[in-house]
Amino acid sequence: MNELARLERRRRIINGWLLLSPALIFLSLFAFIPSVATLWESLFSRGTRRNPSEFIGGGNYADLFADPTFWLVVKNNLLYAGVTIPVSIVIALSMALWANSKISARGFVRTAYFTPTVLPMIAAANLWLFFYTPGLGVLDQIGALFGFTSVNWLGQPETALWAIVIVTIWKESGFFMIFYLAALQTIPPDLKEAADIEGASRWTYTRRVVLPLLAPTTLFVMVNALINSVKLIDHLFILTKGGPSDASKLILYYIWEMAFAYFDAPHAAAMTVLVLVVLGIVAAVQFTLLDRRTHYR
Amino acid sequence: MSGGLARLLDTTGAWLLAVVWVAPLVFAFWAAFHSTSDAVNFNIGSAWTLENFRTAWTGAPWLRYFLNTFLLVTVVLSGQLVLTTLAGYAFAQFDFPGRDTVFILVLLQLFILPEVLIVENYAMVSRLGLFDTVFGIGAPYWASAFGIFLMRQAFKSVPRELDEAARIEGCGWLGVLWRVYVPAARPTYIAYALVSVSTHWNNFLWPLIVTNSEETRPLTVGLSIFAAPENGVNISVISAATIMTVAPLLIAFLIFQRQFVQAFLRAGIR
Repeated sequence: MNELARLERRRRIINGWLLLSPALIFLSLFAFIPSVATLWESLFSRGTRRNPSEFIGGGNYADLFADPTFWLVVKNNLLYAGVTIPVSIVIALSMALWANSKISARGFVRTAYFTPTVLPMIAAANLWLFFYTPGLGVLDQIGALFGFTSVNWLGQPETALWAIVIVTIWKESGFFMIFYLAALQTIPPDLKEAADIEGASRWTYTRRVVLPLLAPTTLFVMVNALINSVKLIDHLFILTKGGPSDASKLILYYIWEMAFAYFDAPHAAAMTVLVLVVLGIVAAVQFTLLDRRTHYR
Repeated sequence: MSGGLARLLDTTGAWLLAVVWVAPLVFAFWAAFHSTSDAVNFNIGSAWTLENFRTAWTGAPWLRYFLNTFLLVTVVLSGQLVLTTLAGYAFAQFDFPGRDTVFILVLLQLFILPEVLIVENYAMVSRLGLFDTVFGIGAPYWASAFGIFLMRQAFKSVPRELDEAARIEGCGWLGVLWRVYVPAARPTYIAYALVSVSTHWNNFLWPLIVTNSEETRPLTVGLSIFAAPENGVNISVISAATIMTVAPLLIAFLIFQRQFVQAFLRAGIR
């Protein structure tokens, strides 16, 4: 009997690892090995025909920290995250509250909010081109009605990043709305009844009952929005290419440019390592807060 | 505040936001069917035309791009389904030493985004000889940590009795997976498939890096090349091309809206 149990256990172990192996192979090929390789590559200089690549330790990182463009890009990305995350969350929350309230044509309203989510970012950027193009864009036309002169939204350093920010907010909010909608539907109706009996105003009910119950959803959405503020850069390729004079350049775009336009893989690798470290910190924070997320299965 | 007024304010706010949110799409649609000068001057009574679509259609091999995108989402999804099913089954139903450590490793991939590892993944794809192939675009996404996690959750909620009954009937462990777990997890599969297809239909940066020819280039990359300023294509034609490329997805979304929303929800609750 003991013998049988041992055999059974051994079979479980072998089968378990067999089942995992395809996933592990691909995770290694496209996540673990590249991560280690990135770290490795970031410690070496760029090989040229005359000077082969050699170990330089933190040299690439030192170059980055001495590069004003790098700091500008970091600043841009912090601003991008710092504006898109809270604004998307507030808009998503309003959308959800509205789409959940008794208004007419609710279905249309919800669809309108969610539609940008299903479009490719590249297509979204093209749609917004029509808004931003100087002289004939929609924004300029509206501005002209009020007597404003034409503004080159994408072509001047002061406004280019903001134009990018607006497209991101437009694209993301409807997506986040969905999670709030789901959370709203799990709030028991008797809470509303109790609040009504107490004579609480709608605002009080929202602030004291609804918002606290939505806190876990907000955390979940926030982590997603944080990841997106690193990831969402497709519209740069269409709208600004990171310009003018790097005013709207974000870190992932800079990594791409470094590696595939300037062919400078070591510096791109060093930047990638820094991004991974930041994402790792986000992950750690999320997992420590995860235990408190009780209302998800 | 009286109830009637509050509702009026709600409705106004909700509608205003909705109008702003669909505006870009509506304007592009309008521009696509009018000549450039009519489009930008908003001559409401001006003639509708298909000229922009004609110009756009002949300007790039769109059919080929559509086919490439279709192949791409098929390749990505089939790989993902196989890998996430096997791994999810192992994590949900097999107890073996080292399992939890591996699971944490898998979860790490939620934050090691393929988008961020573009430089080394490009090197890896080139090494494997997959550069400029549909498999090269798809392979990095096969072992999706998110998918594994989702499948594990789905398989965990399958009643033990079903599993045991199937075993008594003489099913092996793969038979049990195929006969019991996979059918039970159908809603999760559908949700995951919808999310995966819409994600990869829209993906851009990675395909841009690993494609180099018309034979593999997906729609998004094709559209970006077509709309590049150095091509000097006018805004109406760009709008037409954009409407053309998003139409299938948009129509699918409008028809299956509820399933879409449900899918994103189901997939979102991790």
